[in-house]
Amino acid sequence: VDLQIGNQTITVDEEASNNVELEGIDFITSGNQYLTFILGDEHYGVDILSVKEIRGWENPTLIPNSADYVKGVINMRGVIVPILDLRIRFDVGELTYDATTVVIVLSMESSERSCTMGFVVDAVSDVLNAEQNEIRPAPPFHGNIQPEYIEGLVNVGGNVVTLIHVDQLLNLEDEGAVCV
Amino acid sequence: MAIDLEQFHQVYFEESLEGLDLMEQALLSIGEDGTDTDPETINTIFRAAHSIKGGSGTFGFNAITEFTHVLETLLDEAREGKRDLTRNMVELLLKSCDCLRHMIEKLQAGEAVDESESQPLIAAFEQMLAAEQNAHSPTTPPTTGTQNHNEILEDSVDTLLNGQSSEKLTTPQANANSQEDSASRITKLWRINFRPEPQILLTGNEPLRLFRELNGFGELNVVADVSNVPVFAQLTADECFIHWTLDLQTDVSEEDILEVFDWVIDECQLDIQCLSEQDNNADSEQEIESTQPEPVDNTVKLISPAKLINPAMSESEPTTVTSEPAKPTVAKESSQNTTTQTSANTSIRVSIDKVDSLINLVGELVITQSMLSELGNNFEMEKVERLSQGLEQLLQNTKELQESVMRIRMLPISFAFNRFPRMIRDLAAKTGKKMELKLNGEQTELDKTVMEQIGDPLVHLVRNAIDHGLEPAADRIAAGKTETGTVHLDAYHQGGNIVIEISDDGRGLNAEKILAKAREKGIIDAAAGLSEAQIFDLIFEPGFSTAEVVSDISGRGVGMDVVRRNIKQLGGRIEVESAKGKGSTFKIHLPLTLAILDGQLVRVGEETYIIPLIAIVESLQIKSDLVNKVTGNMQLYRLREDNVPIIPIYQEFGIEADNTELENGLLVVVEGDGQKIGLLVDDLLAQQQVVIKSLESNYKSVRGLSGATILGDGSVALILDVPGLITRASTRSRNSRRRNKAA
Repeated sequence: VDLQIGNQTITVDEEASNNVELEGIDFITSGNQYLTFILGDEHYGVDILSVKEIRGWENPTLIPNSADYVKGVINMRGVIVPILDLRIRFDVGELTYDATTVVIVLSMESSERSCTMGFVVDAVSDVLNAEQNEIRPAPPFHGNIQPEYIEGLVNVGGNVVTLIHVDQLLNLEDEGAVCV
Repeated sequence: MAIDLEQFHQVYFEESLEGLDLMEQALLSIGEDGTDTDPETINTIFRAAHSIKGGSGTFGFNAITEFTHVLETLLDEAREGKRDLTRNMVELLLKSCDCLRHMIEKLQAGEAVDESESQPLIAAFEQMLAAEQNAHSPTTPPTTGTQNHNEILEDSVDTLLNGQSSEKLTTPQANANSQEDSASRITKLWRINFRPEPQILLTGNEPLRLFRELNGFGELNVVADVSNVPVFAQLTADECFIHWTLDLQTDVSEEDILEVFDWVIDECQLDIQCLSEQDNNADSEQEIESTQPEPVDNTVKLISPAKLINPAMSESEPTTVTSEPAKPTVAKESSQNTTTQTSANTSIRVSIDKVDSLINLVGELVITQSMLSELGNNFEMEKVERLSQGLEQLLQNTKELQESVMRIRMLPISFAFNRFPRMIRDLAAKTGKKMELKLNGEQTELDKTVMEQIGDPLVHLVRNAIDHGLEPAADRIAAGKTETGTVHLDAYHQGGNIVIEISDDGRGLNAEKILAKAREKGIIDAAAGLSEAQIFDLIFEPGFSTAEVVSDISGRGVGMDVVRRNIKQLGGRIEVESAKGKGSTFKIHLPLTLAILDGQLVRVGEETYIIPLIAIVESLQIKSDLVNKVTGNMQLYRLREDNVPIIPIYQEFGIEADNTELENGLLVVVEGDGQKIGLLVDDLLAQQQVVIKSLESNYKSVRGLSGATILGDGSVALILDVPGLITRASTRSRNSRRRNKAA
């Protein structure tokens, strides 16, 4: 099945989408669910349970002297949420801010702290259902993205979706570049 | 009777801690010799101890009951004028305040009470009591005084349960009169026949309350005699037909028991007998009212199980209510469970007038709201004036509401100051210096959170003033000062700030010594020339201490930098002034509250920033002839006598600005850490109160920013942190210098 989103075309796992039509329950209960999105022409996914909301792009307030991928902060119902551009952070895709540019707000809660951040991506595509055995480790040669961010790769039709560790994504501690 | 007592634990802890504070204050007001003490002072102490004991009995905190009981016995004698509060006793009582505080804190944290602290004190008290007792009745063996209170209690309980007379119990007191005099500490079994008049309930007296209080004294067994209860048809609901026989196993004196019945004594027949004494000494039987002392067995016989009607219990067996504190293990376990839950949420006491004003304001707000919504329902253009009036009213309402809500968090600073009289007293004893403490402005109000966090720094500063500041008496006389050193604690409002001053009239800071020490420790370069104020500032550097001897009061050099850090975290600053030989003054400036800040909105290019109003010295338009370039491209603005470095925000933050020219630019002169800088901005916008939101919670702290806020239009504006900006700017200029060198 081909899905048309903006000018992007992605192929969704045939079997999974059939399941949606036939037995919705199966679709929900089997394996982990990931929200997939597009950076440039690459596909990525994050654990859907950590997704708080998906917002349209709005101009954030700049944080001075922050790293270039930190676009600033926005007011999300009274909470100050920083906005990071994943395209810059992972160095993929073109930097355009248009109608389909969206912000995925992810949140992580641990016993010590909870953290909410928004990530700019080119477009949100789909919800992906992946069994643990479908997730393959990333090849040892990595691109621009540090290997600790990558949970694994999943083949979806003809495409490969890179699953990203949300915890790592929200962890700014080791980013010396942010603090000037 | 299945009331969940645990819900009251937190209240009890708070009240007890307050009671302890009262006790401590009253104790401190007792003079040196203690002979001419105001009876009201002793009463205050007694009352505090008594209510702590009462509460602990109710909730089954036996360790506290036991401890306060001994305290109370002693205080009771002092109250009745049988003994003077000597200095030793006051000292001991103060120690027991500490001990009780620890015990309560333990309980609050849901931990088991450590009796290792209380036992020696109990022993000391009992020794004191025994000493007195000996004076009254030389026949009394002195060993009873030092005997473990607990043991006596347990032993006597055992013997009483077994129905055997105990040697231990009866021998020490052969004479009942001497026992009365010395407010006995020996557990006795009292039988109380309580026959209230039928109308007792009408006077608002509730027998159950009396029993509950008696229960606080020890183990209470209540037998209700319902033989006089009429048949149902003749029963009047508001009359009391039940008579009670109470067996109280306690070590309090008869006067204490009588005191419980103080309110009802005219409306009942009361007969108190000491049962366990009867075996040995028939004289000890005490009659209070001129009622016929009924033989004990008689009353018991009167209770015929078949006739028993007890509204509280459905069983038809004789109603023997053994109340909870008799089972200490159960009570303790359950208390622990709840305290762990409740200790996390602290509460605050708010005076009723603050709450009333809040309710009034909310009422007004509701009226305004309904007015506006009605206006909005059928709006026409000619009503626009009413709309703007309504909006203005709404603005007024919300502003007042906000102020009132903030006031709820405000507490008088006396909460933080109150610990100092005690501390001074202890330190005076420890250091051997003579000193007095003068408090001023204790009613100045401060946010509760700020108060909690300022406590430790204040303690540190006062300790320092005493240890480093004040000289020994001999030195003071030699310097021509009074023998007694004075430490002033002063609090007052200044602008939107609260200022706390700690000053002493001691030897003052020694600038040369500080400088030498700083060089020795490598805190500053040997060659650096510093002004006196800058030298004094060095004492706040980590690892700095000039005390030759490290005492346990101060001198480890970890203090002052922590003090400054804590104050900075609260958004405040600390200054020091000192004159050699005259003393030093530490001034702490703190924001009134942490949540809201008075800010000046400024615009730089597209961005809006907020500068805390308290940091702003003045705002001015730059006259270019007052700008000087010095030390390689650093621009200084001549502000009267000061040269203020100009820091353009656009440069600092790397953003676009409308105006990059200094000529006619707007300069906001701000001060932080004693350093002034001028911030170049494009425009001054409104001044408004802003709610501070943390950047850290979702992001990280950014140097130069203290947080963010949300403006009226929903956008986010960042709040500038002036001291942070100053350090940022100075490190940046250093870095750029290094870079230039490298190039």
